[in-house]
Amino acid sequence: MALLELRQVNKGYAHDGQPNPVLSHIDLTIERGEFVALVGYSGAGKSTLVSLIAGLIGPDSGSVRFDGAPVRGTSPERGVVFQNYSLLPWLSVTDNVALAVDSVFGKDSAEARAARVRRYVKLVNLDHAANKKPSELSGGMRQRVALARALAMEPELLLLDEPLSALDALTRANLQQELARICGESGKTIFLVTNDVDEALLLADRIIPLGAGPSATLGESVLVDIPRPRDRKALNHDPRFKVIRAQVIDYLLSSAARKRAERKLQPTAAAARTAEATR
Amino acid sequence: MSDSKSTLQQAVEMVFLPLIGVLCVIGLWAITCTFAESLPTPLKTWEVSKGYILKPFEKRGELDQGILRFTWYSLVRVSKGYTLALLVGTPLGLLLGVSKMFTKSFDPIIQILRPVSPLAWLPLGLVLFGKPEPAGIFTIAMCAMWPTVLNTALGVRSIPQDFVNVARVLQLSRTKYLFKIMLPAALPYMFTGFRLSLGIAWLVIVAAEMLTGAPGVGGFLWQEYNSLIYEHLIMCIATIGIVGFLLDRLMSVVETRLRAA
Repeated sequence: MALLELRQVNKGYAHDGQPNPVLSHIDLTIERGEFVALVGYSGAGKSTLVSLIAGLIGPDSGSVRFDGAPVRGTSPERGVVFQNYSLLPWLSVTDNVALAVDSVFGKDSAEARAARVRRYVKLVNLDHAANKKPSELSGGMRQRVALARALAMEPELLLLDEPLSALDALTRANLQQELARICGESGKTIFLVTNDVDEALLLADRIIPLGAGPSATLGESVLVDIPRPRDRKALNHDPRFKVIRAQVIDYLLSSAARKRAERKLQPTAAAARTAEATR
Repeated sequence: MSDSKSTLQQAVEMVFLPLIGVLCVIGLWAITCTFAESLPTPLKTWEVSKGYILKPFEKRGELDQGILRFTWYSLVRVSKGYTLALLVGTPLGLLLGVSKMFTKSFDPIIQILRPVSPLAWLPLGLVLFGKPEPAGIFTIAMCAMWPTVLNTALGVRSIPQDFVNVARVLQLSRTKYLFKIMLPAALPYMFTGFRLSLGIAWLVIVAAEMLTGAPGVGGFLWQEYNSLIYEHLIMCIATIGIVGFLLDRLMSVVETRLRAA
């Protein structure tokens, strides 16, 4: 049985009384132990999809099933690393991670919990900064704290919502390597959302493109059957990388072109008025 | 070189410029004295009041005490009323911030009670408690709690959605959420409320003491007005202003500390 299964999921938000479809007919299956990357445009609904899987919001129609059971609300089984870190600024690195550990492993002894916190702070190489506040850390370090916090809950499924997109290019590259290492060590099922195709190529077993919005749909998933560890330098030369990247980017570009064409076919009232005025 | 200059500049800006304002007001006061006959001149005010200022803690009689002694009585009274205001106002604000239904039910009545003057609450306090002391404290609390209530509610409503999502993903218990997320996130707003509340509490004290005749700066002011010693009246006004200013400074120092932490 698949760990995560989405069937014909639709989700939209009402905007000024107008329904505003974001995701439509989403079918997604993630097997246990898989590392799946979702690549898509900004604003296409990637974060909405993460929120649906996390249980922060519910679908308008369709089903989200986790471990066979329908998702109702959040669960420590599905850890989330948010795009903007979302660390609590008044807590130290240790305390931020401890907040998660104490909540999920509240029954363990205080020493066991403290040991678990230390283990995960060390896993992300932040033991030297354990007592610092988030404001004293760089962006990359903050995101590592967020990762430690999510991992320390020992979730079945780890959801990474554009975890590196707020970082500068160099930090980003370093953290990608580290993410590959940490994820490899943890052996967890991971769902990574990103707008960077190379990041997905470097990390994932399988890439799923998310088309342009509104009413974004998922494209055919592409297997990344390249052995690990993957070398980011090889990304530019290895023909297998090139083929996969081309497949993903082709899908994204053609879906955007399709959306543009659709918009032309169904002009909005305002567009129609402009057209009339120019005639 | 440039450092010493900047210190000099700072001294000018911190001491000399404010002094200009003070001197202007005293000058205006002196000018007013030339046509308002019963208004004591600045010099006369100082001469008549200096006994109270130079021996600020002396107690010569129940209503004849050094100015800081009176100030102390007033501060004690204010701190009681203010504490009560915070104890009632903070939980009320938290509830308003958390629950839409609570807000819809209680916000209108709060908006109605908020503008009621301390002069109106005091008689009600006397009816309720029969004695002037608890009536004064009741009045201070009733008037001073609203900024705390409203700012606490605003603070809770302004908690970023990110933190709420984190709390949901981590499945924090209600107590954990309250102490680890809600209170720390709302604290800067709450402190703004605390500060405004303290200002109001100090405003109200004068009215409360005037009406109840309790010993304190306000009580002394009213008594000296009735005894036609207008010099003391001015001394009391200055004391009230300076103490209020110092209280506000004190709160803002604590506030900055908290924000920095």
